[in-house]
Amino acid sequence: MEKLEYNLCAHPFFAGLDTSLTDLTVSCAQESHFGAGEFIFHEGEAADHFYLVREGHVALQIAAPGRGPATFLTVGPGEVFGVNWLASPYRWSYDARAIEPTLAVALNAACLREKCENDPALGYALTKRVLPVLIERLHACRVQLLDLYGVRS
Amino acid sequence: MSTQPSTIASPSGTPADVPKLCYVRNRRHDAPDAWTLEIEFDDRNPFHYTPGQFNMLTAFGVGEAAISISGPPGRGRLIHTIRDVGPVSHALTRLAPDDPIGVRGPFGVGWPMAIAEGQDVVIVAGGLGLAPLRPAIYDILSRREKFGDVRLLYGARRPEDILYLSEIEEWRKKSDININITVDHAGMDWPGHVGVVTRLLSCVRMEASRTIAMLCGPEVMMRFVAASLIEKGLGVGRIFLSMERNMKCAIGHCGHCQLGPTFICRDGPVFTFERMGPLMSVKEL
Repeated sequence: MEKLEYNLCAHPFFAGLDTSLTDLTVSCAQESHFGAGEFIFHEGEAADHFYLVREGHVALQIAAPGRGPATFLTVGPGEVFGVNWLASPYRWSYDARAIEPTLAVALNAACLREKCENDPALGYALTKRVLPVLIERLHACRVQLLDLYGVRS
Repeated sequence: MSTQPSTIASPSGTPADVPKLCYVRNRRHDAPDAWTLEIEFDDRNPFHYTPGQFNMLTAFGVGEAAISISGPPGRGRLIHTIRDVGPVSHALTRLAPDDPIGVRGPFGVGWPMAIAEGQDVVIVAGGLGLAPLRPAIYDILSRREKFGDVRLLYGARRPEDILYLSEIEEWRKKSDININITVDHAGMDWPGHVGVVTRLLSCVRMEASRTIAMLCGPEVMMRFVAASLIEKGLGVGRIFLSMERNMKCAIGHCGHCQLGPTFICRDGPVFTFERMGPLMSVKEL
Protein backbone atom coordinates (compact mmCIF):
# COMPACT_ATOMS: atom_id res chain seq x y z
CA MET A 1 0.00 0.00 0.00
CA GLU A 2 2.88 2.36 0.77
CA LYS A 3 4.31 1.86 -2.70
CA LEU A 4 0.90 2.48 -4.24
CA GLU A 5 0.50 5.63 -2.18
CA TYR A 6 3.93 6.80 -3.32
CA ASN A 7 3.09 6.11 -6.98
CA LEU A 8 -0.15 8.00 -6.63
CA CYS A 9 1.50 11.02 -5.01
CA ALA A 10 4.35 10.96 -7.52
CA HIS A 11 2.03 11.17 -10.49
CA PRO A 12 1.74 14.72 -11.93
CA PHE A 13 -2.07 14.51 -11.79
CA PHE A 14 -1.88 14.44 -8.01
CA ALA A 15 0.94 16.99 -7.73
CA GLY A 16 0.24 19.51 -5.00
CA LEU A 17 -2.88 17.75 -3.75
CA ASP A 18 -3.31 17.91 0.00
CA THR A 19 -2.04 14.69 1.58
CA SER A 20 -5.28 14.13 3.45
CA LEU A 21 -7.15 14.14 0.12
CA THR A 22 -4.62 11.84 -1.53
CA ASP A 23 -4.99 9.45 1.39
CA LEU A 24 -8.70 9.28 0.72
CA THR A 25 -8.13 8.02 -2.81
CA VAL A 26 -5.49 5.39 -2.04
CA SER A 27 -8.10 2.83 -1.04
CA CYS A 28 -9.63 3.20 -4.55
CA ALA A 29 -6.31 2.59 -6.31
CA GLN A 30 -4.56 -0.45 -7.67
CA GLU A 31 -1.53 -1.05 -9.89
CA SER A 32 -2.44 -2.24 -13.39
CA HIS A 33 -0.23 -3.78 -16.07
CA PHE A 34 -1.21 -4.09 -19.71
CA GLY A 35 0.60 -5.98 -22.42
CA ALA A 36 1.41 -4.51 -25.83
CA GLY A 37 -1.73 -4.55 -27.96
CA GLU A 38 -4.01 -5.34 -25.04
CA PHE A 39 -7.33 -3.54 -24.93
CA ILE A 40 -7.87 -1.75 -21.63
CA PHE A 41 -11.49 -0.97 -22.32
CA HIS A 42 -13.94 -0.76 -25.17
CA GLU A 43 -16.41 1.90 -26.26
CA GLY A 44 -19.82 1.52 -24.64
CA GLU A 45 -18.64 -0.40 -21.58
CA ALA A 46 -19.05 0.99 -18.07
CA ALA A 47 -16.38 3.56 -17.22
CA ASP A 48 -15.26 1.70 -14.14
CA HIS A 49 -11.73 3.09 -13.74
CA PHE A 50 -9.68 6.23 -14.10
CA TYR A 51 -6.10 5.62 -15.21
CA LEU A 52 -2.87 7.43 -14.36
CA VAL A 53 -0.14 6.29 -16.75
CA ARG A 54 3.25 5.63 -15.16
CA GLU A 55 5.06 3.81 -17.96
CA GLY A 56 4.27 2.97 -21.57
CA HIS A 57 1.81 4.48 -24.02
CA VAL A 58 -1.88 3.97 -24.61
CA ALA A 59 -3.76 4.68 -27.85
CA LEU A 60 -7.28 6.08 -27.61
CA GLN A 61 -9.24 4.98 -30.65
CA ILE A 62 -12.58 5.30 -32.37
CA ALA A 63 -13.72 2.92 -35.06
CA ALA A 64 -15.53 4.30 -38.10
CA PRO A 65 -17.60 1.98 -40.30
CA GLY A 66 -15.60 0.85 -43.30
CA ARG A 67 -12.46 2.60 -42.12
CA GLY A 68 -11.40 0.58 -39.12
CA PRO A 69 -10.17 1.99 -35.84
CA ALA A 70 -8.37 5.32 -35.89
CA THR A 71 -6.18 6.61 -33.09
CA PHE A 72 -7.07 10.16 -32.12
CA LEU A 73 -4.71 10.52 -29.16
CA THR A 74 -1.89 8.72 -27.43
CA VAL A 75 -1.17 9.22 -23.76
CA GLY A 76 2.08 8.46 -22.00
CA PRO A 77 3.84 8.65 -18.66
CA GLY A 78 2.52 11.41 -16.42
CA GLU A 79 -0.76 11.64 -18.31
CA VAL A 80 -4.24 10.33 -17.56
CA PHE A 81 -7.08 8.76 -19.51
CA GLY A 82 -10.59 7.61 -18.76
CA VAL A 83 -12.08 10.86 -17.49
CA ASN A 84 -15.55 9.46 -18.28
CA TRP A 85 -15.55 8.22 -14.69
CA LEU A 86 -16.57 11.70 -13.61
CA ALA A 87 -19.60 12.33 -15.80
CA SER A 88 -22.86 10.46 -16.21
CA PRO A 89 -23.65 8.04 -17.86
CA TYR A 90 -20.16 6.75 -16.87
CA ARG A 91 -19.53 4.87 -20.12
CA TRP A 92 -16.48 4.82 -22.35
CA SER A 93 -16.90 6.76 -25.56
CA TYR A 94 -13.78 5.27 -27.22
CA ASP A 95 -11.46 2.27 -27.01
CA ALA A 96 -8.16 2.29 -25.12
CA ARG A 97 -5.36 -0.06 -26.18
CA ALA A 98 -1.84 -0.34 -24.81
CA ILE A 99 0.68 0.31 -27.59
CA GLU A 100 3.51 -1.14 -25.53
CA PRO A 101 3.79 -2.74 -22.09
CA THR A 102 2.07 -0.19 -19.88
CA LEU A 103 2.00 0.40 -16.18
CA ALA A 104 -0.77 2.52 -14.67
CA VAL A 105 -2.47 3.31 -11.42
CA ALA A 106 -6.15 2.44 -11.87
CA LEU A 107 -8.59 4.23 -9.61
CA ASN A 108 -11.92 2.49 -9.15
CA ALA A 109 -14.58 4.84 -10.51
CA ALA A 110 -17.43 3.90 -8.18
CA CYS A 111 -15.12 4.18 -5.17
CA LEU A 112 -13.81 7.53 -6.34
CA ARG A 113 -17.28 8.92 -7.01
CA GLU A 114 -18.45 7.84 -3.56
CA LYS A 115 -15.45 9.52 -1.92
CA CYS A 116 -16.13 12.68 -3.90
CA GLU A 117 -19.81 12.69 -2.91
CA ASN A 118 -18.87 12.29 0.73
CA ASP A 119 -16.08 14.84 0.66
CA PRO A 120 -16.82 17.84 -1.60
CA ALA A 121 -13.28 19.14 -1.04
CA LEU A 122 -11.92 16.00 -2.71
CA GLY A 123 -14.52 16.24 -5.46
CA TYR A 124 -13.63 19.86 -6.15
CA ALA A 125 -9.89 19.16 -6.06
CA LEU A 126 -10.19 16.29 -8.55
CA THR A 127 -12.54 18.27 -10.78
CA LYS A 128 -9.99 21.10 -10.86
CA ARG A 129 -7.40 18.57 -12.04
CA VAL A 130 -9.59 16.89 -14.62
CA LEU A 131 -10.84 20.14 -16.15
CA PRO A 132 -7.46 21.36 -17.50
CA VAL A 133 -6.95 17.94 -19.09
CA LEU A 134 -10.31 18.24 -20.82
CA ILE A 135 -9.64 21.82 -21.91
CA GLU A 136 -6.22 20.90 -23.28
CA ARG A 137 -7.67 17.97 -25.20
CA LEU A 138 -10.60 19.99 -26.49
CA HIS A 139 -8.17 22.62 -27.73
CA ALA A 140 -5.95 19.94 -29.32
CA CYS A 141 -9.04 18.45 -30.95
CA ARG A 142 -9.98 21.84 -32.44
CA VAL A 143 -6.47 22.22 -33.84
CA GLN A 144 -6.63 18.71 -35.31
CA LEU A 145 -9.98 19.59 -36.90
CA LEU A 146 -8.31 22.54 -38.65
CA ASP A 147 -6.25 19.93 -40.51
CA LEU A 148 -3.36 22.40 -40.53
CA TYR A 149 -0.99 20.20 -42.49
CA GLY A 150 -3.52 19.43 -45.21
CA VAL A 151 -3.57 21.17 -48.54
CA ARG A 152 -5.42 24.46 -48.37
CA SER A 153 -8.16 24.71 -50.98
CA MET B 1 18.10 38.99 -28.99
CA SER B 2 17.50 39.42 -32.71
CA THR B 3 18.56 38.00 -36.04
CA GLN B 4 21.28 39.59 -38.10
CA PRO B 5 20.27 42.28 -40.59
CA SER B 6 19.09 40.98 -43.92
CA THR B 7 21.53 40.75 -46.79
CA ILE B 8 19.95 40.29 -50.15
CA ALA B 9 22.27 38.01 -51.99
CA SER B 10 22.02 36.54 -55.45
CA PRO B 11 23.85 33.80 -57.29
CA SER B 12 27.26 35.10 -58.23
CA GLY B 13 27.14 37.31 -61.26
CA THR B 14 23.36 37.21 -61.55
CA PRO B 15 21.14 40.17 -60.71
CA ALA B 16 18.67 39.41 -57.95
CA ASP B 17 15.70 39.95 -60.23
CA VAL B 18 16.81 37.70 -63.09
CA PRO B 19 16.46 33.91 -62.86
CA LYS B 20 19.54 31.88 -63.62
CA LEU B 21 19.12 28.89 -65.89
CA CYS B 22 19.77 25.65 -64.00
CA TYR B 23 18.86 22.02 -64.50
CA VAL B 24 17.00 19.48 -62.43
CA ARG B 25 19.21 16.46 -61.85
CA ASN B 26 17.04 14.35 -59.58
CA ARG B 27 13.45 14.20 -58.40
CA ARG B 28 12.27 12.24 -55.37
CA HIS B 29 8.78 11.61 -54.10
CA ASP B 30 8.90 12.41 -50.36
CA ALA B 31 5.24 12.50 -49.36
CA PRO B 32 1.90 12.02 -51.13
CA ASP B 33 1.90 15.64 -52.30
CA ALA B 34 5.58 16.61 -51.94
CA TRP B 35 8.56 16.11 -54.18
CA THR B 36 12.21 16.97 -53.66
CA LEU B 37 14.21 18.37 -56.56
CA GLU B 38 17.99 18.35 -56.81
CA ILE B 39 19.08 21.26 -58.95
CA GLU B 40 22.50 21.57 -60.47
CA PHE B 41 24.05 24.96 -60.29
CA ASP B 42 26.92 26.30 -62.33
CA ASP B 43 30.01 24.90 -60.61
CA ARG B 44 32.05 27.96 -61.54
CA ASN B 45 29.85 30.08 -59.31
CA PRO B 46 29.38 28.28 -55.99
CA PHE B 47 25.99 28.83 -54.47
CA HIS B 48 26.33 30.12 -50.91
CA TYR B 49 23.34 30.21 -48.60
CA THR B 50 22.49 29.96 -44.95
CA PRO B 51 19.92 27.56 -43.45
CA GLY B 52 16.46 29.07 -43.60
CA GLN B 53 16.92 31.12 -46.77
CA PHE B 54 14.75 30.61 -49.85
CA ASN B 55 14.97 30.76 -53.63
CA MET B 56 12.50 31.86 -56.25
CA LEU B 57 12.09 28.90 -58.58
CA THR B 58 10.75 29.35 -62.10
CA ALA B 59 8.81 26.73 -64.00
CA PHE B 60 9.31 28.21 -67.45
CA GLY B 61 6.07 29.16 -69.13
CA VAL B 62 4.10 28.82 -65.91
CA GLY B 63 5.49 31.11 -63.25
CA GLU B 64 7.69 31.61 -60.23
CA ALA B 65 7.31 30.55 -56.61
CA ALA B 66 9.24 31.10 -53.38
CA ILE B 67 10.55 27.79 -52.09
CA SER B 68 12.73 27.26 -49.03
CA ILE B 69 16.09 25.65 -49.48
CA SER B 70 15.80 22.27 -47.81
CA GLY B 71 19.15 20.64 -48.42
CA PRO B 72 22.36 20.71 -46.44
CA PRO B 73 24.68 23.56 -47.38
CA GLY B 74 27.84 22.95 -49.34
CA ARG B 75 26.94 19.86 -51.35
CA GLY B 76 27.09 21.46 -54.76
CA ARG B 77 23.44 20.97 -55.59
CA LEU B 78 20.41 22.89 -54.48
CA ILE B 79 17.74 20.83 -52.76
CA HIS B 80 14.13 22.00 -52.67
CA THR B 81 11.17 20.10 -51.28
CA ILE B 82 8.01 21.36 -52.92
CA ARG B 83 4.39 20.71 -52.14
CA ASP B 84 2.06 20.45 -55.11
CA VAL B 85 -0.60 23.02 -54.16
CA GLY B 86 -1.03 25.35 -57.13
CA PRO B 87 -0.23 25.74 -60.83
CA VAL B 88 3.41 26.83 -60.33
CA SER B 89 4.25 24.30 -57.64
CA HIS B 90 2.47 21.63 -59.67
CA ALA B 91 4.63 22.45 -62.69
CA LEU B 92 7.77 22.48 -60.54
CA THR B 93 7.00 19.07 -59.04
CA ARG B 94 6.45 17.66 -62.56
CA LEU B 95 9.97 18.60 -63.67
CA ALA B 96 12.09 15.59 -64.57
CA PRO B 97 15.88 15.11 -64.57
CA ASP B 98 17.57 17.35 -67.16
CA ASP B 99 14.59 19.70 -67.37
CA PRO B 100 15.52 23.40 -67.14
CA ILE B 101 14.49 25.44 -64.12
CA GLY B 102 15.02 29.08 -63.22
CA VAL B 103 16.61 30.00 -59.90
CA ARG B 104 16.75 33.41 -58.23
CA GLY B 105 18.29 33.70 -54.82
CA PRO B 106 19.15 32.96 -52.15
CA PHE B 107 16.99 35.49 -50.34
CA GLY B 108 16.14 36.49 -46.83
CA VAL B 109 17.35 36.03 -43.29
CA GLY B 110 17.84 32.46 -42.18
CA TRP B 111 17.94 30.60 -38.86
CA PRO B 112 20.07 32.11 -36.08
CA MET B 113 22.77 29.46 -36.23
CA ALA B 114 25.43 31.67 -34.65
CA ILE B 115 23.13 32.69 -31.81
CA ALA B 116 22.20 29.03 -31.23
CA GLU B 117 25.83 28.01 -30.68
CA GLY B 118 26.40 27.01 -27.08
CA GLN B 119 22.65 26.79 -26.47
CA ASP B 120 20.20 23.93 -26.21
CA VAL B 121 18.10 23.86 -29.36
CA VAL B 122 14.46 22.85 -29.61
CA ILE B 123 13.31 22.48 -33.20
CA VAL B 124 9.56 22.22 -33.75
CA ALA B 125 8.32 21.41 -37.23
CA GLY B 126 4.84 20.88 -38.57
CA GLY B 127 4.03 19.25 -41.91
CA LEU B 128 6.20 20.58 -44.72
CA GLY B 129 7.77 22.94 -42.18
CA LEU B 130 10.48 20.35 -41.67
CA ALA B 131 11.89 21.24 -45.10
CA PRO B 132 13.19 24.76 -44.22
CA LEU B 133 14.53 23.38 -40.93
CA ARG B 134 16.43 20.52 -42.55
CA PRO B 135 19.49 22.65 -43.49
CA ALA B 136 19.63 23.88 -39.87
CA ILE B 137 19.53 20.29 -38.58
CA TYR B 138 22.35 19.31 -40.94
CA ASP B 139 24.33 22.35 -39.89
CA ILE B 140 23.94 21.40 -36.23
CA LEU B 141 24.84 17.77 -36.90
CA SER B 142 27.95 18.80 -38.85
CA ARG B 143 29.34 20.64 -35.82
CA ARG B 144 27.37 19.00 -33.10
CA GLU B 145 29.87 19.79 -30.35
CA LYS B 146 29.07 23.49 -30.61
CA PHE B 147 25.49 23.03 -29.41
CA GLY B 148 23.92 21.78 -26.19
CA ASP B 149 20.97 19.38 -26.11
CA VAL B 150 19.20 19.21 -29.44
CA ARG B 151 15.63 18.08 -29.77
CA LEU B 152 13.40 17.76 -32.81
CA LEU B 153 9.63 17.67 -32.33
CA TYR B 154 7.81 16.97 -35.56
CA GLY B 155 4.10 16.87 -36.25
CA ALA B 156 2.62 15.51 -39.45
CA ARG B 157 -0.89 14.88 -40.69
CA ARG B 158 -0.63 11.09 -41.07
CA PRO B 159 2.25 8.60 -40.86
CA GLU B 160 2.57 8.53 -44.66
CA ASP B 161 3.02 12.33 -44.70
CA ILE B 162 6.20 12.25 -42.62
CA LEU B 163 9.00 13.82 -44.64
CA TYR B 164 12.54 12.45 -44.92
CA LEU B 165 11.66 9.34 -42.93
CA SER B 166 14.86 7.46 -43.78
CA GLU B 167 16.95 10.46 -42.79
CA ILE B 168 15.03 10.87 -39.56
CA GLU B 169 15.84 7.24 -38.75
CA GLU B 170 19.51 8.00 -39.38
CA TRP B 171 19.36 11.07 -37.16
CA ARG B 172 17.62 8.97 -34.52
CA LYS B 173 20.47 6.47 -34.48
CA LYS B 174 22.71 9.31 -33.43
CA SER B 175 22.31 9.49 -29.69
CA ASP B 176 22.97 13.22 -29.69
CA ILE B 177 19.67 14.37 -31.14
CA ASN B 178 16.40 13.56 -29.48
CA ILE B 179 13.50 13.12 -31.91
CA ASN B 180 9.79 12.85 -31.21
CA ILE B 181 7.21 12.57 -33.94
CA THR B 182 3.46 12.83 -33.64
CA VAL B 183 0.70 12.61 -36.22
CA ASP B 184 -2.81 14.03 -36.17
CA HIS B 185 -4.49 10.86 -37.41
CA ALA B 186 -3.32 7.26 -37.49
CA GLY B 187 -4.53 3.72 -37.92
CA MET B 188 -3.79 0.69 -35.77
CA ASP B 189 -0.44 0.05 -37.41
CA TRP B 190 1.14 3.32 -36.22
CA PRO B 191 3.10 2.67 -33.03
CA GLY B 192 4.03 6.29 -32.35
CA HIS B 193 2.41 9.36 -30.85
CA VAL B 194 -0.94 10.72 -31.99
CA GLY B 195 -1.96 14.26 -31.12
CA VAL B 196 -0.98 17.82 -31.88
CA VAL B 197 2.70 18.72 -31.80
CA THR B 198 2.29 21.01 -28.78
CA ARG B 199 1.57 17.91 -26.67
CA LEU B 200 5.14 16.72 -27.30
CA LEU B 201 6.38 19.88 -25.64
CA SER B 202 4.69 19.00 -22.38
CA CYS B 203 7.22 16.18 -21.87
CA VAL B 204 10.23 18.38 -22.66
CA ARG B 205 12.28 19.75 -19.82
CA MET B 206 14.20 22.80 -20.83
CA GLU B 207 16.49 25.30 -19.25
CA ALA B 208 14.81 28.43 -20.57
CA SER B 209 17.82 30.69 -20.07
CA ARG B 210 19.99 28.63 -22.42
CA THR B 211 17.50 27.37 -24.98
CA ILE B 212 16.77 28.58 -28.49
CA ALA B 213 13.65 27.40 -30.27
CA MET B 214 13.22 27.22 -34.05
CA LEU B 215 9.69 26.74 -35.35
CA CYS B 216 8.35 26.18 -38.82
CA GLY B 217 4.91 25.05 -39.86
CA PRO B 218 1.41 26.43 -40.26
CA GLU B 219 1.07 29.81 -38.60
CA VAL B 220 -1.61 28.63 -36.17
CA MET B 221 0.63 25.79 -35.07
CA MET B 222 3.56 28.14 -34.52
CA ARG B 223 1.37 30.47 -32.47
CA PHE B 224 0.33 27.67 -30.15
CA VAL B 225 3.84 26.22 -29.93
CA ALA B 226 5.21 29.67 -29.08
CA ALA B 227 2.56 30.02 -26.37
CA SER B 228 3.59 26.65 -24.89
CA LEU B 229 7.27 27.64 -24.97
CA ILE B 230 6.53 30.95 -23.27
CA GLU B 231 4.59 29.03 -20.62
CA LYS B 232 7.76 27.02 -20.06
CA GLY B 233 9.64 30.23 -19.44
CA LEU B 234 11.28 30.79 -22.80
CA GLY B 235 11.68 34.47 -23.68
CA VAL B 236 10.02 35.74 -26.87
CA GLY B 237 13.44 36.75 -28.19
CA ARG B 238 14.61 33.14 -27.96
CA ILE B 239 11.82 31.82 -30.15
CA PHE B 240 12.52 32.00 -33.89
CA LEU B 241 10.01 31.16 -36.57
CA SER B 242 9.90 31.04 -40.32
CA MET B 243 6.97 32.92 -41.82
CA GLU B 244 5.21 32.11 -45.04
CA ARG B 245 3.50 34.76 -47.10
CA ASN B 246 2.79 35.36 -50.76
CA MET B 247 6.31 36.27 -51.86
CA LYS B 248 6.60 37.56 -55.42
CA CYS B 249 9.62 39.80 -55.96
CA ALA B 250 11.69 38.47 -53.03
CA ILE B 251 13.55 41.78 -52.71
CA GLY B 252 11.07 43.89 -50.77
CA HIS B 253 9.72 45.91 -53.69
CA CYS B 254 6.28 44.58 -54.60
CA GLY B 255 4.68 44.41 -51.15
CA HIS B 256 2.84 41.13 -51.72
CA CYS B 257 4.40 39.58 -48.61
CA GLN B 258 4.07 42.65 -46.44
CA LEU B 259 2.94 41.94 -42.90
CA GLY B 260 2.37 45.23 -41.10
CA PRO B 261 5.60 47.18 -41.45
CA THR B 262 7.56 44.04 -42.35
CA PHE B 263 8.47 42.51 -45.67
CA ILE B 264 8.67 38.76 -45.08
CA CYS B 265 10.92 38.20 -48.11
CA ARG B 266 13.45 40.88 -47.22
CA ASP B 267 13.33 41.08 -43.43
CA GLY B 268 12.61 37.36 -42.90
CA PRO B 269 11.42 34.75 -43.46
CA VAL B 270 12.96 33.94 -40.06
CA PHE B 271 11.96 36.31 -37.27
CA THR B 272 11.85 36.28 -33.51
CA PHE B 273 8.46 35.75 -31.93
CA GLU B 274 9.15 39.01 -30.15
CA ARG B 275 8.77 40.71 -33.52
CA MET B 276 6.15 38.48 -35.13
CA GLY B 277 3.95 37.65 -32.15
CA PRO B 278 2.10 40.99 -32.05
CA LEU B 279 1.54 40.89 -35.83
CA MET B 280 0.37 37.27 -35.82
CA SER B 281 -2.35 38.11 -33.35
CA VAL B 282 -3.88 40.71 -35.69
CA LYS B 283 -6.59 38.84 -37.56
CA GLU B 284 -6.77 41.34 -40.40
CA LEU B 285 -3.11 40.88 -41.35
